[in-house]
Amino acid sequence: MQPQSLEILGVEKSFGADNVLKSIDLSIRPGEFLSLVGMSGCGKSTLLRIIAGLETPDRGTVSISNRDVTDVDPSERNLAMVFQSYALYPHMTVRENIATPLRMRRLSFAARLPLIGRMIAPAETLQEIAASVKEAADTLQIGHLLDRKPAQLSGGQRQRVALARALVRQPAAFLMDEPLSNLDAKLRAHMREELTGLHRRLGATFIYVTHDQIEAMTMSDRIALMSDGGIEQLGTPDDLYQRPASLTVARFIGTPTINLLPVEIGVAGRITAFGEELGLEAAPKTAGPATTSGPATLGLRAEDLRPAADGLAARVVRSETYGADRFVTCELVQDPAVRIVMRQHAGEGLPGGADATLRLGFDAQRAHLFGADGRRLDVSARARVPA
Amino acid sequence: MAVLRKYLPHLVLALGAVPMLLPFYWMFLTSIRSPSEIFDVSLWPIPQHLDAAQNYARAASQVPMLRFMLNGVIVCGGILIVQVLTAVPAAYALAKLKFPARRLMMTLIIAALCVPMQALALPLFVGLAKTNLLNTYFAMMAPFFLSVFAIFLFHQSFRSYPDEVIEAARMDGFSEMEICWRLVLRGSLPSLAAFAVFSLVAHWNDLYWPMIVVTDTNLAPPPLGMLFFADVESGANYGALMAGAAIITAPMVICFLFARRHFIAGITMTGVK
Amino acid sequence: MTLVDATLAKPEVAARAKRSPADRRKARLGLLFAAPSAILLAAFYIIPIVVLCVFSLTDYQLGALSMRFVGLDNFSKAFSDPVFLRSLWNTVLYAVIVIPFGVLLALGVALLVYNRKKSRAFWEIAYFLPVTATLVAMATVWQFLLHPSLGPVNAAIKAFGLEPVAFLSNPALLIPTMALIGIWQVLGFNMVLFLAGLTAIPKDLHEAARLDGAKHPIDRFLTVTWPMLGPTTLFVVVTTSISAFKVFETVAVLTKGRFGSETLLFELYLEGFEYSNTGYAAALTLLFLVIVLILSIGQMVHMDRKVHY
Repeated sequence: MQPQSLEILGVEKSFGADNVLKSIDLSIRPGEFLSLVGMSGCGKSTLLRIIAGLETPDRGTVSISNRDVTDVDPSERNLAMVFQSYALYPHMTVRENIATPLRMRRLSFAARLPLIGRMIAPAETLQEIAASVKEAADTLQIGHLLDRKPAQLSGGQRQRVALARALVRQPAAFLMDEPLSNLDAKLRAHMREELTGLHRRLGATFIYVTHDQIEAMTMSDRIALMSDGGIEQLGTPDDLYQRPASLTVARFIGTPTINLLPVEIGVAGRITAFGEELGLEAAPKTAGPATTSGPATLGLRAEDLRPAADGLAARVVRSETYGADRFVTCELVQDPAVRIVMRQHAGEGLPGGADATLRLGFDAQRAHLFGADGRRLDVSARARVPA
Repeated sequence: MAVLRKYLPHLVLALGAVPMLLPFYWMFLTSIRSPSEIFDVSLWPIPQHLDAAQNYARAASQVPMLRFMLNGVIVCGGILIVQVLTAVPAAYALAKLKFPARRLMMTLIIAALCVPMQALALPLFVGLAKTNLLNTYFAMMAPFFLSVFAIFLFHQSFRSYPDEVIEAARMDGFSEMEICWRLVLRGSLPSLAAFAVFSLVAHWNDLYWPMIVVTDTNLAPPPLGMLFFADVESGANYGALMAGAAIITAPMVICFLFARRHFIAGITMTGVK
Repeated sequence: MTLVDATLAKPEVAARAKRSPADRRKARLGLLFAAPSAILLAAFYIIPIVVLCVFSLTDYQLGALSMRFVGLDNFSKAFSDPVFLRSLWNTVLYAVIVIPFGVLLALGVALLVYNRKKSRAFWEIAYFLPVTATLVAMATVWQFLLHPSLGPVNAAIKAFGLEPVAFLSNPALLIPTMALIGIWQVLGFNMVLFLAGLTAIPKDLHEAARLDGAKHPIDRFLTVTWPMLGPTTLFVVVTTSISAFKVFETVAVLTKGRFGSETLLFELYLEGFEYSNTGYAAALTLLFLVIVLILSIGQMVHMDRKVHY
């Protein structure tokens, strides 16, 4: 089957007074791996369930390859879903589990009935189904488990069965709801790799819901970062990391969490922190008031910081070495409540050591400035005016 | 069509609920009707003469209805108290104390779970007859003093109580009795509540055993009293008869309406085992 | 917890030699705590069962001065006693009516009630109410409801232009009528058990079935609900059949065993406590016990199966 595109237009959903989704627009390209990522309660699972048809949107439409499916029953959307719990039928063997989507579609109601069905079902179809099941099982290397029941499988094996059940019928798209969250860390890393491999091999459209930014960053073609019922930013993993559109995105993406510094935008866009000039200038907005002045937040990634000759003074609190990298935690001299983490190569020397004071330097291009409303502002280097 | 599909389940449930509730409705309706309306088979809720007071008074005077209720309270209360007093320590010992013959006792208890009371009635009756204990409260209660079901249930529940807490409590100087009653049982209050409901309902409604050991009207618990009453009235005064039935049924039904969750949990607890 | 545990007792014996004072204290306390129950267990279960078995082999009659060992005569007598055989047949007939209707109707009601959100509590109350009510009192009410001339049920039948039905005087209808009341009483109980079973089915499974192409609710019922309810259903069938074999109250109120309508337990009651044929009644009791135990084994088998998934 050709990879399919999906289009979500103006989708809204509330549960009682709770506005779970606020007018979502999202178009998913054929064959792309798109992650919906965000904190729990941001609406990502609800959106996935609306795409699957398990929830009905209050407003808006869902289309698959330009066909409006908003009112189509989930069974007829030809989407496959992998559930967080895998949702394997516990009373069926692995073989029967994988065969279910095919039996439902290819066999008549009578032929699906227990006992009698076996006599009515056309042998040809049954053989086709058996062949497809075998193929799907081989793809996921679970051919030897076909006669077991889900209870006799490990978590990773169940995961594979759930995947096999999804891919056995070549759906329009694969929907995955936190499929790796029940696995231990090592297996999760491994399955991440397998899933991307599977995506590449099948070339199908994948929509992947996760709360784990690392999963989203490592697997996706594009990420839709959701927060509070809306899409905060849609872009490639690099986009989200390099140019976070908002404070929420900046905070969510990246380990360790981005350092945030309370700053002040003064006249002519000059940026100061605790009264100290930072050598940065907020670009004037193209629309609206000429300059934005007032409080703002400066985001700096740990790897973009380095000890320098001048800059904000900070005291080293703790230094942890993880093999190649070292994370140095400092507190600002002006405000010890502000903690800054700096990442260095372990080989680089640290001036002083514990309790030493240093100055934090960074490149203006690597700084992220966010206005009081949390949106990204452009920032550039400014010729330092001598005090 | 869509409307039909939406309301069809309600319609089916409502039709099914009619026979479920009809006896209650009819019982109540007849109990407030005057005897002259006995031939009125209509289900119209408002009687021509409201004779509720008369019917209920008759039910209370013809036979000692209040006495039956009191007997029911004494018997059910007595049974429940002794059941809890014996089952809790036993369940605690089985769950948390390793003692000789523990496995044997557990096996016997599980075997006893399968034995219905009715199968033991005969030898128990002979024993009570030989000791001249028939027609006593003791005779009505004694066979139920040990509830193997309570032991089994509390054992299941106590087993999940963390051993560390018990060990810490021992070091803090708690006696084993205090640990059992004040700590471990505290953690199983839902089981206790469910069991209490189970036991009270079962014995309030039990007819078989009282019918065997009690012939004295003054000792009869409600179901046996109802049977006496029905024999005395023998169809002459349905208003009073229904008033009597309503009085006997009311306590459990009212408790059920107020504590629906506990009731359902308690009565269907046999489903847990 | 199964009986198999008992076989694991051996290692404990081996370890006894190395018991610490703390262990000995625990063992002492354990015995002390279990003693009241153990004594009651012996007095009210073990001794009565032994006595029952002894009685069943004698011609003992309560109040008689002597008794005689008669071997298995009581049992062979039972199987040629027309009254006992009739009570057995009546009970089986009663069970055969109550079990399928009591189980399938309860399943249907549970499926309907389960999906009601706002009105669920109401329906639960409506269907469960008969379970809480004192059966003796309610049987009296039923007697009145089914009265040939005074009862509304026959009035309704007559209103449809049909002949009134003699529910409680036509011998052929007695057992079915009592079975009807039995179904009425057991329905809510079974419904609640099915509701618990339904709650235990993960919602994901239904959703997975929908995405797998099970569009029609019947398809989803056959793919997910029914197989997942298998253990619950077996359990419900077993409890329903055990309670059906214990039917007593309705007989005591409605017929007192007249017109050949005695059931197993009622016949037992008559022989043992009205006629004081203790020895014979003991034999009948043992037969009753065997039936109940056979049904309970079904329950055990079911519990073992449940563990596997």
